[in-house]
Amino acid sequence: MKRDIILAGVGGQGILSTAAIIGLAAIEKGWYLKQAEVHGMSQRGGDVQSHLRISEDPIYSDLIPFGQADMILSVEPMESLRYLPYLNNETGWLVTNDKPFINIPNYPEQETVYNEIRKVKNHILINAEDIAKDLQSPKSANVVMLGSAVAQLGIEKQYFENAIKGLFGRKGEEVVNVNITALEAGIKFAEQYKV
Amino acid sequence: MQKLLLLGDEAIAQGAIDAGISGIYAYPGTPSTEITEYVHASKEASEKGVIASWAANEKTAMEAAIGMSYAGKRTMVCMKHVGLNVAADPFINAAITGANGGMIVVAADDPSMHSSQNEQDSRFYGKFALIPILEPSSQQEAYDMVHYGFELSEKFKVPVLLRITTRLAHSRSGVARSASKEQNEGSLPSDLRQFVLLPAIARKRYQGLLDTQPAFREESSKTKYNEYIDGNDKSLGIIACGLAYNYLMENYRNGCPYPVLKIGQYPLPTDMVEKMVDSVDRTLVLEDGYPMVEELLTGLLGRGLKISGRFDNTVPYAGELNPNVVARALGLEDTYGTDAPNLIVGRPPSMCPGCPHVDSYKDLLEALEPYSNGRVFSDIGCYTLGALPPFEAINSCVDMGASITMAKGAADAGLVPAVAVIGDSTFTHSGMTGLLDAVNANSPITVMILDNSTTGMTGGQPSAAFSKVEEICLGIGVEKEHIHVLKPLKKNHEENTAIIKKELEYQGVSVIIPTRECVVTLNRRMQAKFKNKKK
Repeated sequence: MKRDIILAGVGGQGILSTAAIIGLAAIEKGWYLKQAEVHGMSQRGGDVQSHLRISEDPIYSDLIPFGQADMILSVEPMESLRYLPYLNNETGWLVTNDKPFINIPNYPEQETVYNEIRKVKNHILINAEDIAKDLQSPKSANVVMLGSAVAQLGIEKQYFENAIKGLFGRKGEEVVNVNITALEAGIKFAEQYKV
Repeated sequence: MQKLLLLGDEAIAQGAIDAGISGIYAYPGTPSTEITEYVHASKEASEKGVIASWAANEKTAMEAAIGMSYAGKRTMVCMKHVGLNVAADPFINAAITGANGGMIVVAADDPSMHSSQNEQDSRFYGKFALIPILEPSSQQEAYDMVHYGFELSEKFKVPVLLRITTRLAHSRSGVARSASKEQNEGSLPSDLRQFVLLPAIARKRYQGLLDTQPAFREESSKTKYNEYIDGNDKSLGIIACGLAYNYLMENYRNGCPYPVLKIGQYPLPTDMVEKMVDSVDRTLVLEDGYPMVEELLTGLLGRGLKISGRFDNTVPYAGELNPNVVARALGLEDTYGTDAPNLIVGRPPSMCPGCPHVDSYKDLLEALEPYSNGRVFSDIGCYTLGALPPFEAINSCVDMGASITMAKGAADAGLVPAVAVIGDSTFTHSGMTGLLDAVNANSPITVMILDNSTTGMTGGQPSAAFSKVEEICLGIGVEKEHIHVLKPLKKNHEENTAIIKKELEYQGVSVIIPTRECVVTLNRRMQAKFKNKKK
């Protein structure tokens, strides 16, 4: 079993902390991990991506080959589409938050972006911001989005919960619970996408 | 021991701490910055009294490391590939002086130029200096090679070059630590004239270095980092250097049918290379960076051996390797998802909201309105983003410090006024000497030193120029009445523009210093302050 995941977003949107939760969960399950990150110039409000590879077997390349990613997990809808060349056409999932991050003058019409996302065979388009707001924890939108991907990641929910405890434990029990609730909300949202 | 999840850079840093360094020196530069940052932040390193110090530039860092090695202690010096150009003089000569305490030079190359001006291959520098080079293929190897590199350096009494590329530097994986070593006791070189490179001594030292070359090659044949893995199909043999080995094996997850020579240490192990080319019909060389190994094998005329690689376009000449490039080079079926839809637009990096450079560029552009375009020479830092819309304000970005000296040369050629735009950290890195040239020639240039009190582009490391810029300019001899410290804020726009305008008319060196802290470091500082208050 392996999962090759392209994490996408805009510099500063926190894709690396989402990657950290998945990474910790995979490590705890006893899987191998390699994660190529983007540092430096491109972090200044530009498009960013991270190649996260988790697997039961040792991993060679730090980069995911084109056409072989099992998932694109994006915190921004247009950015999710940028990495389609990496996605496995048949089995891959595109999971993205629906809230655009508009820091450029020529951002495309939102609805056309959503239409392109809907064309992808396996996709989840989640309004993670609104769900997080309803939970009174707007900061946990990324965890809501991650929750919606959990069913496709091949790792049981409890590992993600432990990862959240590990990462947010220092901030107190309340923060941990808020994030676990957010994760569950995402999982629940994704149930409608069950194949 | 429990595995740590580390970036390649961090694995090198942890390796250095565990291998008993006494000091690490560096100037920040992507993708090398995180090595020194890690040692900086390490509690363990500070408890051990390890010096982790940002230097004014790569050359001063290299020289400090040579000094520490002279005094008998282990030391590491880190830089990005182009930083090694700045430090090339002491680097090459350190091979002649030799090392006393172990010394590792880390050069982080950036093939595909993710954050750089070129994709030069630092292995050529190692070869040029005639010293051993290590090139890890994984985070674990990066960690292990630091231990081994110091042993090598202390055994042969020479510096060792550790060459990595962006993909390893910024990729994270599990790393198991090995036993920690104590730091060296200080000790002077047995020959106190060893580091005195007067011609008579240098000739002797150089001959010694030449005489050691066969031993380096022998070491390369014995090392576990060079490995010959035989294969049944002799129609092809593959030499895979550093990360290229991973891309190769990604394509042969159940084993490669061809003989493979995995290279992690140079000079090349002659016997292993010979064994490869003698037993196969054709040899494919996979290496990230320039075709260095390939060139050695083909020679000028390429007669005799069948070698494939970047020269015959089996692998594209430019750009980094990846699993797909290697698949195509092997004639395997390539994989691809679907094209990204046309509606996707580029999202280039940009200056942060509230960035002081934004105000500085607005002031400068308005002051320049009466003049024709094409007279702004810039430098390397966040302000280089002034090349992009909406500003499109600058006309050059060549190397650290070139803004001032290029402006001087252009002014010499009659382009008056000429403007230089440089950051505070870049100014103390390599701008000061150029400013002295301009002052000595009374060049009609206007130098904007954008002082945001940090090294911004690499993530906000301390700037060597901190609170010193004005005094430095005065010391260099810029006239006091032509130095202006401004606060780049919207409300000061008119006043600042007027000052710049006036100085553009002055027929000598003027320096404008817009001074306001980087918003990123400011936010970070405020958050830390708030957190401390809460405690």
